[in-house]
Amino acid sequence: MNNQTLYDKLWNSHVVRSEADGTALLYIDRHLVHEVTSPQAFEGLRIAGRKPWRTNSMLAVPDHNVPTVSRVERIHDPVSRVQVETLDMNCKEFGVTEFKMNDLRQGIVHVIGPEQGATLPGMTIVCGDSHTSTHGAFAALAFGIGTSEVEHVMATQCLLIKKTKVMQILVEGKLGNGVTAKDVVLAIIGKIGTAGGTGYSVEFAGSTIRGLSMEGRMTICNMAIEAGARAGMIAADETTINYFKGRPFAPQGELWDKAAAYWQTLHSDAGAKFDKVVTLDAAAIKPQVTWGTSPEMVVAVDGRVPDPKQESDVVKRSSMEHSLAYMGLQANTPITEIKIDKVFIGSCTNSRIEDLRAAAAVVRGKHIADNIMLAMVVPGSGLVKQQAELEGLDKVFIAAGFEWREPGCSMCLAMNDDRLSPGERCASTSNRNFEGRQGQGGRTHLVSPAMAAAAAIAGHFVDVSK
Amino acid sequence: MQKFSLLDGLVVPLDRANVDTDAIIPKQFLKSIKRSGFGPNAFDEWRYLDHGEPGMDNSKRKLNPDFVLNQPRYKGAQILLTRENFGCGSSREHAPWALEDYGFRVIIAPSYADIFFNNCFKNGLLPIRLDAAIVDALFKAEAKTSGFKLHVDLEQQKITTPDGTVYPFEVEAFRKHCLLNGLDDIGLTMQHVDDIRAYEHRRKVEAPWLFS
Repeated sequence: MNNQTLYDKLWNSHVVRSEADGTALLYIDRHLVHEVTSPQAFEGLRIAGRKPWRTNSMLAVPDHNVPTVSRVERIHDPVSRVQVETLDMNCKEFGVTEFKMNDLRQGIVHVIGPEQGATLPGMTIVCGDSHTSTHGAFAALAFGIGTSEVEHVMATQCLLIKKTKVMQILVEGKLGNGVTAKDVVLAIIGKIGTAGGTGYSVEFAGSTIRGLSMEGRMTICNMAIEAGARAGMIAADETTINYFKGRPFAPQGELWDKAAAYWQTLHSDAGAKFDKVVTLDAAAIKPQVTWGTSPEMVVAVDGRVPDPKQESDVVKRSSMEHSLAYMGLQANTPITEIKIDKVFIGSCTNSRIEDLRAAAAVVRGKHIADNIMLAMVVPGSGLVKQQAELEGLDKVFIAAGFEWREPGCSMCLAMNDDRLSPGERCASTSNRNFEGRQGQGGRTHLVSPAMAAAAAIAGHFVDVSK
Repeated sequence: MQKFSLLDGLVVPLDRANVDTDAIIPKQFLKSIKRSGFGPNAFDEWRYLDHGEPGMDNSKRKLNPDFVLNQPRYKGAQILLTRENFGCGSSREHAPWALEDYGFRVIIAPSYADIFFNNCFKNGLLPIRLDAAIVDALFKAEAKTSGFKLHVDLEQQKITTPDGTVYPFEVEAFRKHCLLNGLDDIGLTMQHVDDIRAYEHRRKVEAPWLFS
């Protein structure tokens, strides 16, 4: 067959059996686990007297609740501490590999999977976390699941699931100066909307995507879920395969050769048909800034806050008005006139070494503006942090007035102590600008690492392409 | 899982699009290691005037009188009527746990985020998709009728309004079967253990690096 999509290939190679209505039992190769969505699943196994089907498919790490300040002492929030200790206890009881809080390899689950080679091309990968779509950057079928499904995968190594439709998003051409993968994916979400990908898996393709590093590709697939698509994916190529050489969980020797030959086949065939195709011109994409409380509420940095009066759809107009009130913004304000209070560089979207390098390049030799109350960098993993320190990036950030923290999810969702206070406005490299996401009443603007860094220096948004 | 077949339920209208799971159950409540008890914190930031944290006595907190769920006429509502893309964002199953624990059994909206939609069926909660125009008509009918109830029949796949209008709805056969019978997915999959073993056996030959 030479008319299969990448999604078809990944799907077909994992079907254990199919029901008459199309529901399939799909085999799962890698199950990533974190402390927030797993305790009830482990408890379910215990109550039913079940054991995990294949513990060597599992890799666990605490990331959502961990403090990003010193970890010499135990977590002081007793509720968070119980959750992290429950993960430790469950992994010990069931024999699951875990990178504990003080392990150098600890970090955000979607950063450490690829970093360790626990994520590999051709795999099915699940995690009780919607940003599991990140791993699709490696030509894997990866998506987030709920806790009941976490328990189902633990117990059976499979998921009951139906095939989705497939959308191809083609981005062609050369990106402009200062325009990054984050801007591309925000522009995509702005174009198709937060429900545009609902019911689809999305394959990102085109010369722009092929030209991105693996870090950039992960940023794109990470936010597929923000366009409503449960899975995002990108074909394997030399960039993909080279990424895995020498990674601890990746195959070695003869197995490497065999695997690499298979990975070469992980792309959509020339004759493949997609249910929908969307195209974007890379050259037309400018640095993006969200202005509202949904990732689709996004404009170019040289634009203005939109005016709800111009919106004819009643439901949309009402949500725009609601968002502007929450965000404390006036319609028609130029984006570059929006002043910010805090800056967060981190999250599973943008906390990898390339992201930190891009931000450091902007702040080197400068200092954060007087109105910035807090600017923080939270590396995605202990190994990212170590690499950044080897390159001296920590010193660049600290000299510029940033705080240099320990790895974790941190202020992307504010489950630990890193959070916004009511009314505070943040330039954030994370993925969600929902109401209260970064702290009750907090106001989030999603941007790229370079844009967040530049905003920290200026005290307001600036166009890094100029 | 609790079964679902028929419901005569009071409808509460939540007239917002893109309601995300962070709004349905804010992150601080995700620190619980239990499956139950999330109902009092469903829509916490919209429902209360103060900031909620786990362990607070919610009965002593000041309710936001402007939030629709707090209006006396909607006390005891079991059907949530809302707008497109309900349940977007985080995969947290705590969202359907909170809605179910609050007392909801049915959600009606033009569309849902995929993961949330899926999670509902694992928890005895029926998310129904209806055309945006029908949802709009239901919003209007509800606004005009005090104590607006709908009759939901999963077996027949139809909703009946107080004036006798009938709206059919789609539901996947397998999900319907599980919901009607309150079936545990794991138990069903366990009937196919031999198929899973056979798949693994085959796959270990094709792609041995996946099993090391």
